[in-house]
Formats: sequence, C-alpha cells, structure tokens
Amino acid sequence: MATNVMTLPRTSEPTGLWSWITTVDHKRIGILYLITAGLFFLIGGIEALIIRTQLAAPNGTLVSPDVYNELFTMHGTTMIFLAVMPLNTGFGNYVVPLMIGARDMAFPRLNAFGYWLFLFGGLLLYSSFFLGGAPNAGWFGYAPMTERAFNPGNGINFWILSLQLLGISSIVGALNFIVTILNMRAPGMTINRLPLFVWGILVTSLLLIFALPSITVALILLLFDRYFGTMFYLPSAQGDPLLWQNLFWFFGHPEVYIMIMPAFGIISEILATYSRKPIFGYAAMAFAFAGISFISFTVWAHHMFATGISPVADIVFAGMSFLVAVPTGIKIFNWLGTIWKGSLRLTTAFLFAAGFIGQFTIGGLSGVMLATVPVDWQITDTYFVVGHLHYVLFAGAILALFAGTYHWFPKMTGKFLNERLGQAHFWLTMIGMILVFLTMHYIGVLGMPRRIYTYAPAQGWDLWNMIETIGAFLVGLGALIFFINILISLRQPKTSQGDPWDGQTLEWATSSPPPVYNFASMIPVSSPRPLWDAKYGAHSEFAGDPKKVDLSGGGTAQVHLPNPSFWPIVLAFGLSFMLVGILFGPETGWLGVPIGVVIMFVGLIGWLAQPAE
Amino acid sequence: MSAVGKLEQAGHHVGESVEQVVDETHAQVAHAETTTGLDHRKLVMWVFIASETIFFAALMATYLVYRGKTPYEEGVGLLDLNVASLNTFILLASSLTMVMSLQAIENKKKGRMIVFLILTTILGLAFLGGQAYEYGKLLQEGISLDTNLFGATFFVLTGFHGSHVAIGVLWIIMLIIRALRGGISEHNHLSVELGGLYWHFVDLVWVVLFTIIYLI
Repeated sequence: MATNVMTLPRTSEPTGLWSWITTVDHKRIGILYLITAGLFFLIGGIEALIIRTQLAAPNGTLVSPDVYNELFTMHGTTMIFLAVMPLNTGFGNYVVPLMIGARDMAFPRLNAFGYWLFLFGGLLLYSSFFLGGAPNAGWFGYAPMTERAFNPGNGINFWILSLQLLGISSIVGALNFIVTILNMRAPGMTINRLPLFVWGILVTSLLLIFALPSITVALILLLFDRYFGTMFYLPSAQGDPLLWQNLFWFFGHPEVYIMIMPAFGIISEILATYSRKPIFGYAAMAFAFAGISFISFTVWAHHMFATGISPVADIVFAGMSFLVAVPTGIKIFNWLGTIWKGSLRLTTAFLFAAGFIGQFTIGGLSGVMLATVPVDWQITDTYFVVGHLHYVLFAGAILALFAGTYHWFPKMTGKFLNERLGQAHFWLTMIGMILVFLTMHYIGVLGMPRRIYTYAPAQGWDLWNMIETIGAFLVGLGALIFFINILISLRQPKTSQGDPWDGQTLEWATSSPPPVYNFASMIPVSSPRPLWDAKYGAHSEFAGDPKKVDLSGGGTAQVHLPNPSFWPIVLAFGLSFMLVGILFGPETGWLGVPIGVVIMFVGLIGWLAQPAE
Repeated sequence: MSAVGKLEQAGHHVGESVEQVVDETHAQVAHAETTTGLDHRKLVMWVFIASETIFFAALMATYLVYRGKTPYEEGVGLLDLNVASLNTFILLASSLTMVMSLQAIENKKKGRMIVFLILTTILGLAFLGGQAYEYGKLLQEGISLDTNLFGATFFVLTGFHGSHVAIGVLWIIMLIIRALRGGISEHNHLSVELGGLYWHFVDLVWVVLFTIIYLI
C-alpha cells in the first residue's frame, strides 16, 4: 500500500538551491519565513543591545544622536514587520495546513510570492544603511516629522516603500490563509472544531486585510507629499498631521493583535498538549479571539490621547480599550484552567508558555493603566510606555514564538532541540526580561522620556538604566544559546517520531518531517483534537496507552502536487524593482518604474500560462 | 422541418443533456474539493474586495476631512458635473455589459460573450477618456496635485480609482484573448465571473466617489 504512494510522480522531494527558489510547498516556504525572520530578529536584537549599551550610563557616547534615531527606528520596524509578523506567518504556513489536514495552502504560488516580497522588502529596508542613511523617525513615522522639509534624507523613502512591499506580502499571505482555513479543512472539521492556533491565524488574517489598507493609504499620501508636492500632512498648507495618526493607528492598533493572536494560538496548543488535557473553555476561547479582533478596530485613538482630541472621544476610546481586558481575561483564566490538574510535563516549550501567562498578564494590566486618560497624560512618551509595549510584544509574542519553536522543531526537522540548553535559554530570558522591561515601567514613572539618546546623571535613573542594560544582555545571551541550540540540534541524527509530544492535533498524525504530500489518508474529525480522539477514543481523558496513528503512508488516493514555479520570484522581483524605481525616481527619470512593470508583466504571463498542477 | 433536421435537433438535444450531466458531475467534484463549496478563487476574490473597501474608505475619509478647506471657486467649483454624470452612466452601462457577457457564456454562447466583453472594454476606455478630459480641464485651470488640498485629494482619490479601472480594462482584454485562444468555455468560465466581480466593485466605488465629490 505504501509503495503505491511512493511510485506516484512528484511525491519525492527535490533538493538543491533551485528547488528552494521555485518551491511552492507550504512547509518549505514556512521554513524560509522562519529562517529569514529569525535572522532579522537577530539583527533587531543587536540593534537593541547597541541602544542599551548607549543608555547603560549617563552621557553615553557610543553612538551619535543621529545614529541613535536610526537604531530605534530600525529596531522597532524590524521587530514588528521583519521578525514577529513573518515568524507568525512562518509557523502559520508550516502548521496550519497540517493542522486542518490539507495537502498545501489554497494558492501555493501566491504563498511563494508573499515570501519573496517579504525577503525583498526586508533587504530594501536594510539597504538604506548603505544608500544614504536609514529611516530615523520611529516605527510610527509621525508626520510632519517624516516630511521632506524636516527629514530630507532618503531613509524615510526607503521606509515607505519597503513597508508597502511588506504590506502587500502580508495581504497576500492573509488572503491565502483565509481561503485555506475556510475551504480546505478535513472532513468533519467544522469551524467550531478548528484548533486554536488555526483560529489565531484566521482572525489575524482577517485583521490584516481590514487594517493594512489604512497604513497603505497613509504611506501613499506621505509618498505623494515627499515626491509630488502634495500637502496632506503639512500644517503650513492646511494639511493635518492628525490625519497621519488616525490612518496609522487605525492600522497600528489592530497590528498589535496581529502580532499577538497567533501567539495566543501557540500558547493554547502548547498548554493543552503538555497538560495532556483538552483546552479549557474552547468555545469561550474562540469567541474571545473574535471579540478581541472586533474591539481592536475601535480603540486606535487611545494612542492619541495626548494630541488633544475631544473629551468625548477620550472617554469613548478609553472605554473601548478597557473592554479589551474582558476577552483577554477570559483567555488568561482559560489557560490557567487548562493547566489545572493536568498531567504536566515541564518541557522547555511548556515553561515558555507558562512564563508567557504570567508576564503577558502584566503587559495587559499596564495596558489598562495606559488606557486611563489621566494616567496616559502623565506617563505618555516615557519609558513606562516602552516597558508596556515590550511586555506585550516580548513577554507576549516572542515568548510564544520561542515556545512554538521548541514545540514544532521536531515536527519540522525530525530532531529535538536540546532541553538542557533550552532550560538555560528560558531562565536567562525570563530573568533578563524582567530586569530590562519591568524596570522600564518604574523609570518611566520617575520621568525618563522615550527616544532620548542619552541623559544627564544624578536624576535617579543611573542605577535602573544599568540594571536594564544587564537584563538586556542576559536576554541576548539566552538568544545566543537558542541559536547555538538550533545549530547543534540540526547536526544530530533524526530521533523524533511523528508524534513526539503525545500531541492532539493533526500535524502530529504524520511523520516528522512530514512527507511532501503531508497525509496519505485522513482520520475522522469530531473535536478540536482529532489525533487524541484517534489515539485514546473520542472525548476520553489521558489513559496512558495510546493507539498508534500514522497517516503519512498507506493511502491509495492519487496525490496531485502543485508544480514548482519560478514565476512567483519573478513577479515579486518586478514589483520590488518598480518600487525601487519610484524610490530613486527623481534621480533616474523614473526609468525603473516601466522596467519593473515589464518584469511584472512577464512574470504574470508566465504565471498564468503555467498549469498549477 | 425535414427528417434530417429533426434528427440533428434530437442529436443536439442528446448532446446537450450529456454535456449537462458532465457539467453537473464537474460541479459536484468541484464542490466536494472545498469545505464551503465555493471555489478558492471566488472566495479569495471576495475577501480581496473586502480589503479594497478599506483602501478606498481611507482615501475617501481623507477627501472628506479636507473637503471645504479649499475655497469653492479654487476647487469643487471647477468640476464639470455633466462630464462626470455621463461618465457615471458609461461605467454603470459597462457593468450591465459585463453581466450580459457572463450570462452569455452561462447560456453557452461564447461569441456573444466576447462581443459583450469587447463592449465592456470600450465603455471602460470611454470612462478613462472622460476622466482624462476632466483632468485636462483642471490642469488648464491651474489645479494640480501640488496646488491646494482640493487638487491633492481629488487627483489622488480619482487617480487610484482610475488606475483600478485601467487594471480592470487590462483584465478584460486578457479575458478576451484567453477566450479567443480557447481558454474559456461553457464549462470553464469562472475567470469571467471573477473579472466581473472586480469590475462591479470598481463601478460601485465610483458611485460613492461620484456622490461625495460631485453631489454633496
């Protein structure tokens, strides 16, 4: 039976560089996302360490004020757009089709196209360092600070156009996820049996398609201001800088949830798996996902309390912001309920997930504080805000991504990450993180402003800044151990079975790593944890004697796999070329634009002419 | 009617019913392949359109925020309601011809479909011509992107809509080429439906633009 599968055409995996350039396999694209975003995470981390070194003591002289502005801008932009978002996309790409029992994403070539746009967007952003200076106006790019009159360098132009590329990449990826999740579920997997990670990716994708167009427009208007003499954000010509803030934060606040929802999903899967229990309150968890994403579109102006919007707006946006705490609280209590009386296994993945619950809750609570208008007026633009946002994004998203890596690494490679190094990574990260980010809340209340390149001594900040820097380097050391762990583990022999963690969802029902076609057969789905049902009987508790389930072979169905394709990278290159043509338009007579369009057209024709299967 | 004619007609009927059975089987298989029963491409088109609504909503919000900041005679007062109304009529008519082309291929009349697609292309180009005329007039009056907030918002808003129309025209031309090369048949005409979805969306956006720019 198994031989039936193996003799089918195109079921074996090709190798070599060309096979990666032309791949349309969701697992390979997922790995490409993870590696690329992992490297950007490393770069963003190094930027953070330079910042912390500069601030370790008063009157720091490591970097100039100009370079400092570039560093914090690039650190924020990198971590958000080049690390957390694509890491989420990477895990989503790899895991979602496996979790819903699909062979691939709905649009394999569009998937590859999204990855190449992400890569080119990241490279474009970083090329600014060598081509006239990096962006320096913060990841929020407040107008009119970003206008040519006040910021004449090329950095902002790089920032605008690379964010457009990354935005298109995210839209394309989100469209693909939505169709895949709605349309390619295994028989029996109704929407209320979706694993929670899949729920997380689904709501994230919906947030992306409704939030991203707003920043796309904001950036287009800025681009026109800088290139074509419009005055959208110029107060001198009746333009309104608050227009930028409204358009930006209409995207920017949902963006926070875009980064954290997949993390919620990862945490839910991991806590359930290592507690050997079903997730507590599944329906409430799913509704909380929907609730948070809906509310996230009604709170953006809480980023603008200090700009003097009307008291009524203050009250409404503060009230809506408080409301976010309700579904988030539901999630936190349900996670606790999931662990409660479980047969816990304290693996590194579980430790990170458990650490996430406690630390992320602090981030949520400081968020409620900031949503209180008078408190916000007092501490806005101080390190309190920096502490808060890192408690949500580092203690939230990054801890979850670390947890997810330990959890799914054996699935992706067939090899385990070293647990001893993992534990060292965990403790260094936790201690370092608390030192650096919890301290920031305190020093913010003491009055230390954000975005300053240095400070005078004897204001009561010196000791705390030194503690923060020590903490940052502990986090950095942990991350170093993490990367070393990955490199060491990759050289070990494959020792992982298909189901190393006694998993509950379908990705563990096939081999590790999965065959290129994922599944040769499928089991019936009657709950959010179909593999558990198949191993222990439907809806039964952990009983210690599982039935063996392996769906990687033994089927007789014909397997049609999508053709590898060269055209996604051509189309992505053409689009990137066109945007670079705009970037250097005034100097090059806009020649790059038609060239880019021609390359795109060639890519599109090739794409349409090539059969998908 | 001659015996031969009757025979032919009967044969035609038989042929048709066989085709119909095949068609239905195709449809069933296609449905079984997706969870919702909707084709992937149709679903993605709807979600993409949902995303585009926010894109245009943000541009329109910008227009409305700055409306009234420019004196009437240096802005809205210079627009030509007659040309815009004619343009609106043209674009709405193009939606009608687009529907007719889809209906034609659903009734297995491929030639008729191509004719209506060509009509849609012509109407789309006529709309773009009308817009170019409006642009030319404004530029003559000295209003451009960098003159005032009216110029900036008007040209950016209608420009992005116009480029969507232009992409739609290219899309329909590609549909015509595909149809002529045999890529579209009565069993395989989803591409016409998808092009139509996009085209109607772009029309609908114009109806809103026309209202907020010319009518209120």
